[in-house]
Parts: sequence; structure tokens; C-alpha cells
Amino acid sequence: MEDIEKTFETKELTVSMGPQHPATHGVLRLVLNLDGETVVKCTPYVGYLHRGIEKLGENRTYFSALPLSDRLDYIASMNNNVGYVNAVEKLFGIEAPERAKFIRTMVAEMGRISSHIIWLGTHVLDIGATTPFLYAFREREVIMDLFEMLCGARLTVSYPRVGGVRNDISQEFLDRLYEFVLDFPSKMDDYETLVTENRIWKARTVGIGVISAEEAINWGLTGAILRGSGVDYDVRKYAPYDAYDKVDFDVPIGRKGDCYDRYLVKMGEMRQANRILKQCIEKLPAGPVMADAPKFTLPPKDMVLKDMEHLIHQFILITKGPTVPEGEVYMGTEVPKGELGFYFVSDGTGKPYRMRVRAPSFIHASVLPRLCEGGLIADVIANIGTIDIVLGECDR
Amino acid sequence: MEPLAIADKIKEKFPDEVLGIKEFRGQVAVTMKKGRMLEISRYLHDEPELYFDYLIDVCGVDYLGKKDNRFEVVYHLYSIKHRHAIRIKAEVPENDSSIDSVMPVWVGANWHERECYDMYGVVFKGHPDFRRILMPEDWEGHPLRKDYPLKGPVKEWPGFLDVLDRAKRFREFEWHE
Repeated sequence: MEDIEKTFETKELTVSMGPQHPATHGVLRLVLNLDGETVVKCTPYVGYLHRGIEKLGENRTYFSALPLSDRLDYIASMNNNVGYVNAVEKLFGIEAPERAKFIRTMVAEMGRISSHIIWLGTHVLDIGATTPFLYAFREREVIMDLFEMLCGARLTVSYPRVGGVRNDISQEFLDRLYEFVLDFPSKMDDYETLVTENRIWKARTVGIGVISAEEAINWGLTGAILRGSGVDYDVRKYAPYDAYDKVDFDVPIGRKGDCYDRYLVKMGEMRQANRILKQCIEKLPAGPVMADAPKFTLPPKDMVLKDMEHLIHQFILITKGPTVPEGEVYMGTEVPKGELGFYFVSDGTGKPYRMRVRAPSFIHASVLPRLCEGGLIADVIANIGTIDIVLGECDR
Repeated sequence: MEPLAIADKIKEKFPDEVLGIKEFRGQVAVTMKKGRMLEISRYLHDEPELYFDYLIDVCGVDYLGKKDNRFEVVYHLYSIKHRHAIRIKAEVPENDSSIDSVMPVWVGANWHERECYDMYGVVFKGHPDFRRILMPEDWEGHPLRKDYPLKGPVKEWPGFLDVLDRAKRFREFEWHE
């Protein structure tokens, strides 16, 4: 026995996890240096999905760069669109009408629920529970159907427009959404029954990937990770856009900053999103859905086909782009993953001189070594799930 | 604090470093020399009245042919405690395209600075893990520069040729009994 112990050596092992791995949620590659089951060093590699969205944005007009924002975080494309149009509107100096603002708030919260539901399903599946995944996709399907009814697309919607939204919503849409809103809290109760107090779930997440509030701010984390550490920073409250200052909602925060608290924060966010949806339907004002600013917004299609003036406006805005004042604007919005910011530098032409996307997933992926090092290899999976990254947004 | 008051406070502290203050749509940008960036960052972070604890974003902008100093590194700062924001811009000339890394102050600058190097070729001094991030490590050129072609380089990236070659070899593979 002694002989065996003398000759038995341990060696550091290097494992390459990804880029094709079901638990890395996309094309993320982690190189893990392992000592037994303990992660000594973790090095993330990103960029496999880099499509040069910032470069493309610089070569398109402000209107035709909108569909690029769908391709950032493709499971919450509605929220990216809302962020993009808000930033462009701020640069143009125009404001959407009240009804459009409420509709945008509504669709953004629908996007938040559908993104969080996917996160819940896949995160729980990674850790070993299959059932919530199947239920989660049932609820997501309702939202996808509603999006399809709204604009014909399910994933890459491009529904919001600079200066408002593409088309008004129908009564049937509102009725079906209201039905969903009334039903959803009971579905949330189902998920929580399955997961929240589950012993295996708690054993896998409580005390895993702890990050303190000061450290989280210093890393530049936002969204549920920051709030899970006990900081109530939410762009919707700190710098309200759209109709968020007219609806009543709470910002759930955690205390310890571990995976379990982040889970609780996201679950709370879904309930709050449902609350916002209900208020939006009840308070939805009447009126137009596009701003009255012919120099900056695309004219309605039926008028383009009938009227010379609108046709000229359409032609100029599509080919040359609007005449934008020179200057630069940064605008952040709260998307399901955190703070999505757009920074535009305008040189007075119809195309942005510089379009910068501040993607939350990019920063959240950079914190992975901090969360994983010193933990077990099984906790790497829990950490990737909990930071909820989408590589389309990370690599741009 | 109001954004303009913050800009004035910075100018008071570093009168020689500030090159200009600009306001647009309620947001204030302070243009600076790049020399004492780390010191300025530390001041912005530690001064109790300012307390910029959250670095939103670091990015580069290429002003080819528009300004004397070709590049600008833009820092977006926010204070969660005081709820105020400011934009700091450091001018970086092309012939000396290096600037101090602000990682000792905000760790979150890590990947932003790597991306800025990847896309513009601006070197950040004092960064602990300085290499490309989105493009492959053997990539030539910096894609977001204004003189970089939009529709791809003339020469194919060697990594891609390698993949094509391997795919061809795998197609020719035959099973032997």
C-alpha cells in the first residue's frame, strides 16, 4: 500500500470544453485546468459567432441597421429592438407617442418572460431536471404565437420602429395576452413547486459562484447577477425609458450573490414582468403608434402608395438616410441579460459613424474565471447557466 | 451631480489634461490627453463626490482623416450611488497608439480593452492578458478601422484554408476492411 502511495502522482489536466458542448449554451469554449475535480484555471474563448455587426451597422442607414439588433440576443430580439430604437430616437431628438411607448413596454416584457423561461428550462436541464424544460417551452410557445400574430415573425421580429412601432395591435391580441397574463402566475407556481425547494437543486446552487456586491459592480456586471448580489441597479428604475415610469413594479434583489439567489431574482423578475404586462393592457392609451416627424420616421406604407410627398420622403429616407445632427449618444436599456447599451457617433449623414453595442453577455462571460476558479468542474455548468449568456450577443 | 458640474470638477483637478467639454442631448463628454489616464481614472473612482464605481463600457472610435489624432478611446462611467454619468474620451494618435489600461481601477475593463485592441490596434499598457479576443489570434489587420475593407480581405485567412483542406481530405477517406 505504501509503495502505491509513493508512486502515485497527480498531474494537472487540461480539458477543452466546447465550442460544441450542450451545456455551454452556444459556441463558448472554456479551457479548464483541473486538479482532480477542482478547477485551477479557467480561460474562456469567444468569437466563434463574430459576424461584425458593428462594422455592418456603420455601413447601413439607421433604419436598415435595425434588423441587425435582432441577431444580437436572438432569444429576446424584441428587447434588443426596443433598446436600439430608443437609442436612435434619443440621437434624433424625437419621441414616440404614448400608445407606442406602452406597446413597446408590453412587448419588451413579453420578450423578458420568454427569455427567462428559456433560461429556466435550459439551466435546470443542465443541472439534471428534465421536467421544467418541457413545461417552460409550453408557455414560451404562447408568447411566440402572440409575436407571430403581431408581426408575422417569431424570433427575429423587428417590430418596433424608430419613432414608434410598425403596426397597431388588435383587440384579439390584447384578449389573448390578457388570458395569458391571468394564467401565468399559476404556471410560475408550478415551476417553483418543482424547483425552488428541491433538495438536489439547492445542493447544486446554494453557495456556488458567490460574488460580492462591490466586486460585481467593479466587474461591470448588470442584470440578475448584480441584483443577486444585493444591488438594486435596474435601468428601468434608474433611467426610465418608454412607459416604465408609468407602471408600478418592484425590483427583486438577492442577498448572498450565489447561483441560488440569482435564480430567485430571475423568478421574481418573471412575476414582475407579468405585473407590468397586466398594467400595460389596462392602461393602454388610444392614439397613433408612430411619431409625427416626417424627416426622421418612415411614412406609412399605404400613404406611400397614394401620395407623392410621402413617396419622396420614403425614397430619401431609405436611400440616403435621415439628416441627423452631429453628436454622440449612449443609451442603456434593461434586457433580460442585463444592460444593453448602444453608443452612436453621428457625423451628420444618414449612417452612424460608429455604432457600438455594449452587450451584457460579453461582460458576463468575462467573469466566468472569477466564478469558476477554485470550484468543482460540476459547478462550472451551474455558473454558465446562471449568468445566462447568449453568444450571438457576446460575439456580435 | 449635474453632468456639466462633473466636467468642471474634472477640469479643475486636471486643467492641463482636459482638451474640451461637449454637451449633446443632456450627455457630457470630456476629451482628454491620454498621458495620465490611469491617474484620472483612479481620481474618478475614489473621489467621494464623483464615485464612478461602474464602468459601463470602453470602446474605440476611428476618426481617419477627420481629426489630427486618429483614434479615440471612449469610457462610459456611471455612479450607482449618486446616479450620475459621464463620458471620458482619450485621444490616441496613430504613431503612438498606446494608452494605460484602467484594469487596476475597474476589473471589468478587461475584455473591453482586448476588444478595442482587436478591432482598432490600440495597445493597452499594463493589461495582464493582452491578446486578440473576437478574431483569431493569427488574424491580420484590425477590422473596425475605417480603412479596412467591408467585404473581406484580398487574402484568405490561413485558418480557413486549413479547414477547407481538412474537409477535402476527410471526403476522400475510405473504410478498409
